[in-house]
Amino acid sequence: MIPEIGLAALWLAAALAALQLLAGFIGARHDNAEIASLARPAALLQAILCGVAFLCLLYVFAVTDLSVKLVATNSHSMKPMIFKLSGAWGNHEGSMLLWITVMAIAGGAIALIERRLPEKTMMATLSAQSFVGLGFYAFLLIASNPFERLTEIPPEGNGLNPLLQDVGLAFHPPTLYIGYVGLSIAFSFALGALLTRNVTPDFARVMRPWVLAAWIFLTIGITAGSYWAYYELGWGGWWFWDPVENASLMPWLAATALLHSASVLAARDALRTWTIMLGVIAFSMSMVGTFLVRSGILTSVHAFAVDPQRGSFILALLVLYIGGALVLFALRASTIAEGERFSVMSREGALVVNNVGLSAILGVVLIGTLYPLFTEAFDVRVSVGPPYFNPVSAIFFLPMMLVLMVGPLLRWKSDNAGRIMKPLALIGAVMLTVLIRSLFYEDIGLLPFLGLVLAAGVAVASVAPLFGRSLRRTPLAIWGMCVAHLGIAVAMFGMAADTAFQKERLVAANVGDIVEVGPWTGQLDTVNAVAGPNWTAMQANLTMSYEGGPGQEAHPQSRNFWTPVMETSEVALLTRWNGQLYVAVGNQGQDGRWQLRLWWKPFVTFIWYGGLLIALGGALALVGRVASDLRRRRHADEEDMEDELAEATA
Amino acid sequence: MKRLFALFALLAVSLPTALTAQSSMPPAPYAYTQLEDPAQEQIARDLMETLRCLQCQSQSIADSDAPVAGDMRHQVRTRIAAGESPEEIRAYLISRYGDYISYEPEISATTWPLFVLPGILVLLALIVLLRRVGRVRE
Repeated sequence: MIPEIGLAALWLAAALAALQLLAGFIGARHDNAEIASLARPAALLQAILCGVAFLCLLYVFAVTDLSVKLVATNSHSMKPMIFKLSGAWGNHEGSMLLWITVMAIAGGAIALIERRLPEKTMMATLSAQSFVGLGFYAFLLIASNPFERLTEIPPEGNGLNPLLQDVGLAFHPPTLYIGYVGLSIAFSFALGALLTRNVTPDFARVMRPWVLAAWIFLTIGITAGSYWAYYELGWGGWWFWDPVENASLMPWLAATALLHSASVLAARDALRTWTIMLGVIAFSMSMVGTFLVRSGILTSVHAFAVDPQRGSFILALLVLYIGGALVLFALRASTIAEGERFSVMSREGALVVNNVGLSAILGVVLIGTLYPLFTEAFDVRVSVGPPYFNPVSAIFFLPMMLVLMVGPLLRWKSDNAGRIMKPLALIGAVMLTVLIRSLFYEDIGLLPFLGLVLAAGVAVASVAPLFGRSLRRTPLAIWGMCVAHLGIAVAMFGMAADTAFQKERLVAANVGDIVEVGPWTGQLDTVNAVAGPNWTAMQANLTMSYEGGPGQEAHPQSRNFWTPVMETSEVALLTRWNGQLYVAVGNQGQDGRWQLRLWWKPFVTFIWYGGLLIALGGALALVGRVASDLRRRRHADEEDMEDELAEATA
Repeated sequence: MKRLFALFALLAVSLPTALTAQSSMPPAPYAYTQLEDPAQEQIARDLMETLRCLQCQSQSIADSDAPVAGDMRHQVRTRIAAGESPEEIRAYLISRYGDYISYEPEISATTWPLFVLPGILVLLALIVLLRRVGRVRE
């Protein structure tokens, strides 16, 4: 009964999306307030219905209802409860239901909250949101029904991919999806503004917090995904330029560019069409990512099941939405005035460099990801990996960092460099110091070397806008910018330090053998078997000490899951403020020795601290913007009341 | 980050017997151990990071659990120890497995768009944006 309720709720939600599309369109087109008044409730009800459907799915997974095909193929009654629930989105159908639920809730949220825009633009926006939504409802209901029943109920389910049975992974997809799909709002706003020719600073101010919210989740999702890959895959890498990673990085790059260009539009009424373009591109990248990941073009843990019908379905949606939006853009862009001009030496000028840089990196990642797929169609197999992505994206990233140091110090419209000489001299001095110090390290590689120097410069520059300000009176949004930019410096330092100074040790060790890596020494004490709820493992027990300090225990495991059968590596991490010791155990050789892999990774944790700081900066800015907006609204209300009072007394 | 996944996905669908067969085969000595000489090991490591694991989605052989990656690591390390240069080894591996094995980007008839397209994109973006930049009227 519960699965049928879920399915019915989905069909109803799809019908409401159709209603919203029409009501919004007619409302925007013909100024018909009566019909237009249907759009907001439809969006809201849709969000509730999708929420109900999602809860139904959670329920069937929680009770392991094996009559539901999705549960039978992806779950198992022996799994811990948290992995039963997270299994609900650890498969194609469930994750698409999560997608549509997030999209409906995002649409419902703007319908409920957002009242600052002209009603026409709002109606066009809601209409666009439901237009995109409808395609995904169709995809879900026609090609990926999550509630499909089985006629013959199997005695037990197939289980979930053991790599996904991890607490981090339980929360990674929802977080990423809120960001990914939340960008649909930017897409719809952009279309709404294009349709009603209303690209104004006010529009940018309205769109910005929504984009910011999605971007925060996207940032956390990518950071968490990177850390998960780091400790779960067992080889100490934290970014692989894998197509699936790139699929999440591309919307992030576009959204980051969008946030910066929206601030130019909001403050200075410039970069109008460019901002709209980025709004379209950001969510387009989300959809491209979904296509890459879900179509079966790539084999990966995210691909779940290869099904060509689904691939063509998503491709059709992709062409319809991205193509449609770009055509609309091409038709309308020329009718939107260019906006204010500015000189190169200005805040806008710096932000333009930021936008060109981010777009260029986005282009590099997109081309590098799609190109091998493209050539494969002609039977030419090309490998594009870190040796391509790292240097080519660095060509754009490093100059961007230089501009990042200067931009926040510049005034809008026009400025001269002489005014900011003092902070620039300080930043330069810090970079020079680090540069000279870094010259003493041998063979650290060019990119890590530049990374260290630039990280120091960006770190100082990120707080430079606070110099000479009253810290208590500084708006939260400025704090947010400083914290986020500091996060970039921290993450960059972590990446550079780990790449430059990492120590690796691969050994075959007997019990009792001494192992050394970097400043750590220790020994393999014992190896024993341990068992979990759905796995058994060989566990190595090591005592490791840092520079002769007290011994710390490390217990890496090599796990064997039995539903489905699979080997995974459960690494042991010893975290210090200045880095992590990373220990993994492999198989036992025929001579009885165990394969041990140890890495000393200096400051590697800074990569994820940096990611979290970036997200925190976004959160501060969001709180600041929303608070000041509420304040403004309250003032406006008070003024209205005063006006009314004045009228009444008159 | 999902390079191992392909392998795992493969393992997950392959028969359990394949698994046991694989783990009963002893890995080659230098698949999971380093060369004695740190300088040689560093050269081997740098080379391994630019070679693709044939069994995985997008992983270098330097960090893959796949048996074939282990064999290739053994190959690379023993050849480096025997005094071969990294480029000789890469050329040998390319001749054996094709261009696909190498991540090292070389501009060739099949890869030039990778280098030209980003440049064109940057030019386009610059043109679009620089049109907005002009002298500010005082």
